[in-house]
Amino acid sequence: MSAAQIEIQMVAAVVAVACALPGAFLVLRGMAMMSDAISHAILPGIVAGVLLTGSLHSPFLILAAALTGLLTTVLVETINNTGQVKEDAAIGIVFPVLFSLGVVMIAKFAGDMHLDTDAVLLGELAFAPFNRFTVFGYDLGPQALWIMGSVLAVNAFFLLLFYKELKLATFDPSLASSLGFRPRPLHYALMGLVSLTAVSAFDAVGSILVVALMVGPPATGYLLTDRLDVLIGLSAGIGIGNAVLGYWGAHLLDASIAGAMATTTGIAFGAAVMCAPKRGLVAQWRRRRRQRWTFAEQMLSIHLRQHENTPEANRECRIEHLQEHLNWEPDFAQRVVSYASKKGTIRRENGHLSLTEDGRAVAQDAATRT
Amino acid sequence: MIDLFSQLLTDYTLRTVALGAATLGIVGGGLGSYAVLRGQSLLGDAISHAALPGVALAFLITGSKAPLPLMLGAAFTGVLATLIIIGVTNTTRVPYDSALALMLSVFFGVGLVLLTYLQQHAGAAQAGLDSFLFGQAAALVEQDVVTMAVLGGVALLVMLLFWKEFKILAFDPAFGRSLGFPIRALDVALTTLLVIAIVIGLQTVGVVLMSAIIVAPAAAARQWTDQLGAMVALAAVFGAVSGISGAFVSGTTANLPTGPTIVLCMGSIVVVSLVIAPNRGLFWMWWNQRRTSQRLRRERVLCYLYTLARKHEHPKYAHEAATLDALVSGSTRTTYVLRQLAEAGFVSRTEKGKWHLTDMGIEEAHRLAKSRNLISDFPPTEDERSTD
Repeated sequence: MSAAQIEIQMVAAVVAVACALPGAFLVLRGMAMMSDAISHAILPGIVAGVLLTGSLHSPFLILAAALTGLLTTVLVETINNTGQVKEDAAIGIVFPVLFSLGVVMIAKFAGDMHLDTDAVLLGELAFAPFNRFTVFGYDLGPQALWIMGSVLAVNAFFLLLFYKELKLATFDPSLASSLGFRPRPLHYALMGLVSLTAVSAFDAVGSILVVALMVGPPATGYLLTDRLDVLIGLSAGIGIGNAVLGYWGAHLLDASIAGAMATTTGIAFGAAVMCAPKRGLVAQWRRRRRQRWTFAEQMLSIHLRQHENTPEANRECRIEHLQEHLNWEPDFAQRVVSYASKKGTIRRENGHLSLTEDGRAVAQDAATRT
Repeated sequence: MIDLFSQLLTDYTLRTVALGAATLGIVGGGLGSYAVLRGQSLLGDAISHAALPGVALAFLITGSKAPLPLMLGAAFTGVLATLIIIGVTNTTRVPYDSALALMLSVFFGVGLVLLTYLQQHAGAAQAGLDSFLFGQAAALVEQDVVTMAVLGGVALLVMLLFWKEFKILAFDPAFGRSLGFPIRALDVALTTLLVIAIVIGLQTVGVVLMSAIIVAPAAAARQWTDQLGAMVALAAVFGAVSGISGAFVSGTTANLPTGPTIVLCMGSIVVVSLVIAPNRGLFWMWWNQRRTSQRLRRERVLCYLYTLARKHEHPKYAHEAATLDALVSGSTRTTYVLRQLAEAGFVSRTEKGKWHLTDMGIEEAHRLAKSRNLISDFPPTEDERSTD
């Protein structure tokens, strides 16, 4: 691995963690699409910043764009609060309009500023090592690493400081406000962080990948855990994994790094959807299948117990009779009987079925529970 | 004006772009109405982003840049993304908006990988594919517009044919199911039509701005009417007007990209509709509210005068405006309200600057007080005064 490769992966990993921290709350609060809206709508802020400062790498630019991000939030809420337009429609209008404004500003005023829509949307991580951060002639590494490192620090600091408040406002907003916490300033602070993170990251990874990094790892983690602290840790870890794997995927295909990172994010999410221990589709399917057999076993033992020691027992407690009485296919009845006898709940003697002690317990248990 | 028209008719590029933008506006506005009503405004955004890998795949497979295969490819991945979003929302606990944002960025990322891969390996042949990314209306040719018009026309036709079915799907799917309509199939059909509306617009406005074409005209139209038919028609008109004017303004101004100009036109229509549309417009809401609160304030002052007068056993007993000020809380000064009442002939002013009720005022105040159960009998008690 060359130094540049290591640096690119470090930048990617730091961006991933910086995005995952506010992202976890976006996913939990049902505001994931705000990341999409903000990451597009900051364009006019970026252009205005570039026009005012004349540089693509000024702190003022980050500030201007972050304010545009907050403006997006405020605009969406203002439109939503009129009660005339639903929130999702408001988002769907506000961010394209702001983005259009940015594109027009670029075309009109910033044609010679090395700023184009491609760069903002797609980013180019491969160029990250070229912009160095130097102090008194000492090379301290890529600039993007420092910027994103600072953003990560700000996000982490905010999270540590307001963890309890964020948790409460996320899971029970009405309790939070009745306890005297103010969810609104907290909401705007969170949106401010999302804007700040999106702005700082656009240069490295582009706005669309910001969405993938903010929403993907937390959504993946959400399938794996029920604890907020674990979710945040998992999101950061999954984010780093996606970033590094994505980088090597891009290397292999000689394709866009940001695109490949978004792709691995999708693959990781897909894997979680399929194989998550408790909530994955495979686990759901197995649970359902097991329930089917357990239920059949209960039915069988209740049936046998019903007719135990009665005159009809000889007729009722035969495998052929199950088809008629429980409406089971012959094949299914056969399999239930062997399942239950393997588990030791029934005995089979010359086609006559009888309950064992265990089987009686099963029947008793099922009957009392229903 | 005449000049502009003749230019529109004679300038080939301008005409093509304007026709393309109009088609896109009509189809997007019409079908977008359903998306907005069904709370799927942002699905359009996801579909348009998800169309990108489809475009690249179609080119990879066919090697052609003809509009139809590219649009089919885009539609394929657009539908695929929608199905995954619905599937994920239904089978896992990941919320709808997260699934939407995630699929949007993942599909877009895959598209980006494919595009950059093509750039490295297919050489110059792929040039122009990225016009799907940001849209390049100026590059539209007649063939593109014809394809857009045919696909969009079919989509609109299907929408009209299944008007009743889609209407029930949009407003009361549970009722529709109980009537025996195949709601799930209708849902898939309507979403497919939305995908078509999006796919035909990508080349003109690009992936990012497509969401506005779907949402903005529909949201604006919603302000003007409560009828589905009128809303769809109006949204189509708004879409067409924005499309044509956007194409026109950008075509006649230097350095003004078409897609964003169209979106800005739509944004203006939304703002205007939000503010001045009758009934739902914010201006009218504010106006009505103001009128109501003024009326209520007048009635309050009248009632107070009446109550005070009855206390003095003289129905026309005159009071200082300051007395009423103390009773009536609120930002507007009572003198202003009293002057309004005097104009209506309910009160009149003595030479000493005090106010008393007229005969008409007594009658009116009595009626008001009775209808609101403010006073039951003479004389008024403390309680009655605080009821107001």
